[in-house]
Amino acid sequence: MGTIALLILTIAAIIFSAGGILVSRLFTKGSINTQKGQPYECGIPTTGTPWSQFHVGYYLYAIVFLLFDVELVFMYPWAVVVQKIGFPALIEMIFFIMILFIGFLYAHKKGALKWM
Amino acid sequence: MISLEAIKNAVQSWLQLHIGGTLALVAESILLGILVITLFAVLGLLLVFMERKVSAVMQIRLGPNRVGPKGWLQTSADTLKLMLKEGLTPDGADRFLFNLAPFMIMIAAMLIMAPIAFAKNFQIWDINIGVLYISSVASISVIAILMAGWSSNNKYSLLGAMRSGAQIISYELSAGVAVITMIILTGSLSVNDIIASQENGWWIFKGHIPAIIAFIIFMIAVTAETNRAPFDLAEAESELTAGFHTEYSGMKFALFFLAEYINIFIVCAVAAILFLGGWMPLHIGNWQAFNHVMDYIPSSIWFFGKTFLLIGLIMWFRWTFPRLRIDQLLNLEWKYLLPISLLNMLLMTIVAILKWYL
Repeated sequence: MGTIALLILTIAAIIFSAGGILVSRLFTKGSINTQKGQPYECGIPTTGTPWSQFHVGYYLYAIVFLLFDVELVFMYPWAVVVQKIGFPALIEMIFFIMILFIGFLYAHKKGALKWM
Repeated sequence: MISLEAIKNAVQSWLQLHIGGTLALVAESILLGILVITLFAVLGLLLVFMERKVSAVMQIRLGPNRVGPKGWLQTSADTLKLMLKEGLTPDGADRFLFNLAPFMIMIAAMLIMAPIAFAKNFQIWDINIGVLYISSVASISVIAILMAGWSSNNKYSLLGAMRSGAQIISYELSAGVAVITMIILTGSLSVNDIIASQENGWWIFKGHIPAIIAFIIFMIAVTAETNRAPFDLAEAESELTAGFHTEYSGMKFALFFLAEYINIFIVCAVAAILFLGGWMPLHIGNWQAFNHVMDYIPSSIWFFGKTFLLIGLIMWFRWTFPRLRIDQLLNLEWKYLLPISLLNMLLMTIVAILKWYL
């Protein structure tokens, strides 16, 4: 199986999910009620919209994540060949991690990794 | 001896002989589709049942024991019940995204199956960048979770999804570094090569201390990535009802629940491949008699045995550790696990370059 496997798996996932939902739709009977469609909030009437501002911390974590995720992408090809190249590759990687770590320390110093 | 490989070859040659050509490929594709769907359903039912039985054992009680012999049909009955429930969409929800999210999470879970080797020469797609593929596809599920939380028009869902997103992307880093630590040893990203390199001993034994540290970090990180206790902040029942799937009901909820358990299976399979040798039998040095006996056990049993052992470990975590707070959770990752895993990776590089691992 080559790349066609991906197509088959995607179709299988769609059939599995859609099949389940459609079969359950055959057996169920929906009733309409004004209270029923309300978002769940411990039984009291809902106030305000949830689509509002949220804590900036999540955003900062995502940015710092990006820093290290790009680093990871560079590490994969490095990890495959490091045994053949030997110590020069290790020294280069140490420098690479140090440069990124400075960015990490900056984010830490600015308080991006502190909750609240 | 019947192995999965022999069955696969027999089916393939039978199809080639009796149908032949393009139609054989089509028939094979349909068979593959049916097989993965069956695997999904069976795994889901089995893992939910296992979870309930393991937690029962941990708490010295019986667990489900009414439906079927020893409660074996309990999860089937639960699925049937969920099927009979109405899958309703809340009024203010973003209908398109709300209905798309369960599909997304199932597609992501299904796609990761492709490069996993279930037995000797039994793999859906022998891709040469298997491990990279797994880690890239695994991150699609974050999008599905954020989609579900955002579109539900519910404050609990949004909070749960945000927490879940922050948690998954954070722990993906140390899981990725732990994977890279093992790739340094194997020198290949292909799942088959990684398993083949463990013929004379699993990496957890051969790789000395760095491999053991990487294994521990990987297990912690994947526990957090799959939103399992003690890192189940995203669906902390006591504060957020059910997290990102608060508004989901019926079959759509069942799909989220199923995908969660499938993800546990997949991460444990990856850990088994990287650290415990996948389908490789346990060999001890030059003890020929022992090695031959171990070779007689089919490779699929080795793979599923190791995977279920690790799943049992993750289920054990749930009843052992109390839940963390969100700031503790993020501190654990950013201040401890990530620096430790990076240092461990450099240590492993030295071990690998000096060839200390054989």
